[in-house]
Amino acid sequence: MIRVQSLNKTFRVAQRQAGLAEAVKALFSREYSTIQALKDVSFSIQEGEMVGYIGPNGAGKSTTIKIMCGILHPDSGTCEINGRIPWRDRKNHVATIGVVFGQRSQLWWDVPVIDSFKLLKDIYGVGEQVYRRNLDELVELLGISELLVKPTRSLSLGQRMRCELAASLLHQPRILFLDEPTIGLDAVSKIAVRQFMKKLNQERGTTVILTTHDMQDIEVLAERIILIGRGQILLDGSLSELKRRSTALKTITMEYRGDVPRLGPGMKLVDSREGRLVLELDPAMCSASEAISALAAQVEVLDLSISGVSAEEMVASLYQEYKI
Amino acid sequence: MGLYFNFFSMHLKSQMEYKTSFFFTIVGQFTVSFTSLLGVWFLFERFHEVEGFTFPQVLLCFATVLMSFSLAECFGRAFDQFPRMLANGEFDRVLVRPQGVIRQVLMAKIDFTRLGRLTQAVLVFGYALPRSGVLWTWDKVCTLVLMVVCGSLVFFCLFLIYAAISFFTLEGLEFMNILTDGGREFGRYPFSIYGEGILKFLTYVVPLALFQYYPLLYLVGREASLRYMLAPLGGLVFAVPAYALWRLGLRNYVSTGS
Amino acid sequence: MMKYLALFRIRFSNSLQYRAAAAAGMVTQFAWGFMEIFAFRAFYRANPSAFPMEFSQVASYIWIQQAFLAIFMVWFYENEIFEAISNGAIAYELVRPMDLYNRWFAQSVANRMARAILRSLPILLVACLVPPPLRISLPASGLQFALFSLSFFLSLGVVVAYTMIVYVITFFTLSPVGIRIIAAMLADFLAGAILPLPFFPDRARAVAELLPFAAMQNMPLRIYTGHISGVEALGGIGLQVFWFMVLLLLGRLMMKRALRKVVVQGG
Repeated sequence: MIRVQSLNKTFRVAQRQAGLAEAVKALFSREYSTIQALKDVSFSIQEGEMVGYIGPNGAGKSTTIKIMCGILHPDSGTCEINGRIPWRDRKNHVATIGVVFGQRSQLWWDVPVIDSFKLLKDIYGVGEQVYRRNLDELVELLGISELLVKPTRSLSLGQRMRCELAASLLHQPRILFLDEPTIGLDAVSKIAVRQFMKKLNQERGTTVILTTHDMQDIEVLAERIILIGRGQILLDGSLSELKRRSTALKTITMEYRGDVPRLGPGMKLVDSREGRLVLELDPAMCSASEAISALAAQVEVLDLSISGVSAEEMVASLYQEYKI
Repeated sequence: MGLYFNFFSMHLKSQMEYKTSFFFTIVGQFTVSFTSLLGVWFLFERFHEVEGFTFPQVLLCFATVLMSFSLAECFGRAFDQFPRMLANGEFDRVLVRPQGVIRQVLMAKIDFTRLGRLTQAVLVFGYALPRSGVLWTWDKVCTLVLMVVCGSLVFFCLFLIYAAISFFTLEGLEFMNILTDGGREFGRYPFSIYGEGILKFLTYVVPLALFQYYPLLYLVGREASLRYMLAPLGGLVFAVPAYALWRLGLRNYVSTGS
Repeated sequence: MMKYLALFRIRFSNSLQYRAAAAAGMVTQFAWGFMEIFAFRAFYRANPSAFPMEFSQVASYIWIQQAFLAIFMVWFYENEIFEAISNGAIAYELVRPMDLYNRWFAQSVANRMARAILRSLPILLVACLVPPPLRISLPASGLQFALFSLSFFLSLGVVVAYTMIVYVITFFTLSPVGIRIIAAMLADFLAGAILPLPFFPDRARAVAELLPFAAMQNMPLRIYTGHISGVEALGGIGLQVFWFMVLLLLGRLMMKRALRKVVVQGG
């Protein structure tokens, strides 16, 4: 149970100027600017939820996560996680959470993965039995058994991320914070990571909070989205609801044999090549079934797909809407 | 404690993997303090004595400081390199783990390459101990042990202060080197050489003289009072302001972020 | 040429940005200078007749040394160059239309001068204001100053030429960090960084004077302090020119071979 209420946080940043004259000035006086990273941020997350926390860079995502992890104090406001205040009760709080930072590893670099796991086991005080059981389960789920004896530095990014996930779950945390977990991963690894997280949430009921720029992650995982922009919570709702709110345009992709078909009203050409056509359909002017019949009447349809607006497009238009 | 031992063996294993690099860093370290030693030796070939101390007696000083410093560096290396830990986010990782902060930082790095200096200190002790004219009764031996042990702790506190300051600013840390590297380099002679003002500073403000100079007086027999023998223990008080500064820095870090 | 002026300006303004670092660095050097002079004073008091230089000369030696540390000391390596070597960026260097040796040489010179200029002025100022006998003394004549300047820049050349050889060796052998520390420490010691050469025992000194390192900080510092003057100074400068040429040639030859190896083996 995470309850965040009216969090505020400002940072002071020293101004650095370019140029020689400015540099000399800087020797004697320093200017500071204040940035309000968080402004009256509030939300609640129930146990077992999977939440996508999105927003452009600098919006305040990592600041919020740091506060929830207990490594940053807010200027004002409250945050209560499972009955504890993260930064007041650090050791007890962090024992119940797992954190994966996309770009920084928690595994020791020159040491075999399994040794890192053993060190973590000691750090978190996990009992031998629990550790064994957990480890076997995680290794199987993530498919990392051959990787265990390899040092972290020899792993590819995808392999490392899978080991990171295992590492963060060895102590069976109730809440898992993921900061850009799929960044830089190849397609296969991304799918593996997403499937694992879905399973984790469904089978173990682990609360997952995920920040990401990859909208596919959101698509697959998050039923709930919290959008933050310039320090403020702009949206907090379910993914499907948000999609419905956004533009209702559909995309039709068709492979065909024959001459290029004529497009009727409500259909806008996006891309056309030899035997392949992508168009944008406005359902208000022409329904999907009408459009398909019209096209099928002109050409021999080999393959056809219709998709609603993607999460990527929805988020892009949201950013535009909120000017963030 | 078991946890520390696990980290100890992990660091040892991982450093031993880079055998050539490991070896050459040790040799490099050895060379650095060796040139320092050469300087002292050459001077004493010419002068034979300074402030009433002979060459072997000065070597006792030299080796004590060298040994204390290398021990502090070996075990407290993570504090010496703390700015890096802050910059690359490793420290945030420390805060997210349910163990004491200082404990974790200590375990983050144990630098075995510092053995280069340690070896040299041992060799210098080997040369100086029999030639220093000191009668090695149990109290003198105790004094020497105290000098090295408390010396390591004082140097460690200096590293702690260095790390604490890096919470506030990453610039301007360089001046701490005067006390750490400086302490080691200037400590190659008994601190009385640098004049009374410096000696007072190194007694009351940064207690390097408490483990390097006053006990030395006791060892060579110039002072017989127990106060001089036990002076190194006074250096332990330094841990109080060092720790306080660390706590202050930590509090500053968690309220202003990085 | 304009490129190096620009590089110089950037580095200089960069160092100004970090004002606390600049101040701290300065304080460090003051402390070092004072402590070294105090130590020498204690030895002087112990036995003035055994002192091979006048005490005032030692004080000047140390102040000039501290003021221009970045120019005199070998250990101010260019980390960028080491990184370029270790991460293979050297391949890119070969594609550039500039001679690599010249490029690195000029870069080292520009960097060292930029660093030195910032630190030297305050240090020299304080060195002038400190009460004697710790005070720095000014050169006795215009000629001496001219000789010093010549020797100063020659020593910069010798030091950089030496570091170039270290870079090329690192390149050849992909050697670990320890090697460059050893190379720097030995060079600096034999150049009189830790103890001026006149203080060396006679035999050690004779050996040191024959080595290229005596052409580094040893020469300009002793010319400045007046320990070496007149014909002897000219002779010393001649020696510097000699070693500069030798190290330069050696470095260029080694680099040519090293680069050929890269091209042949494909990195």
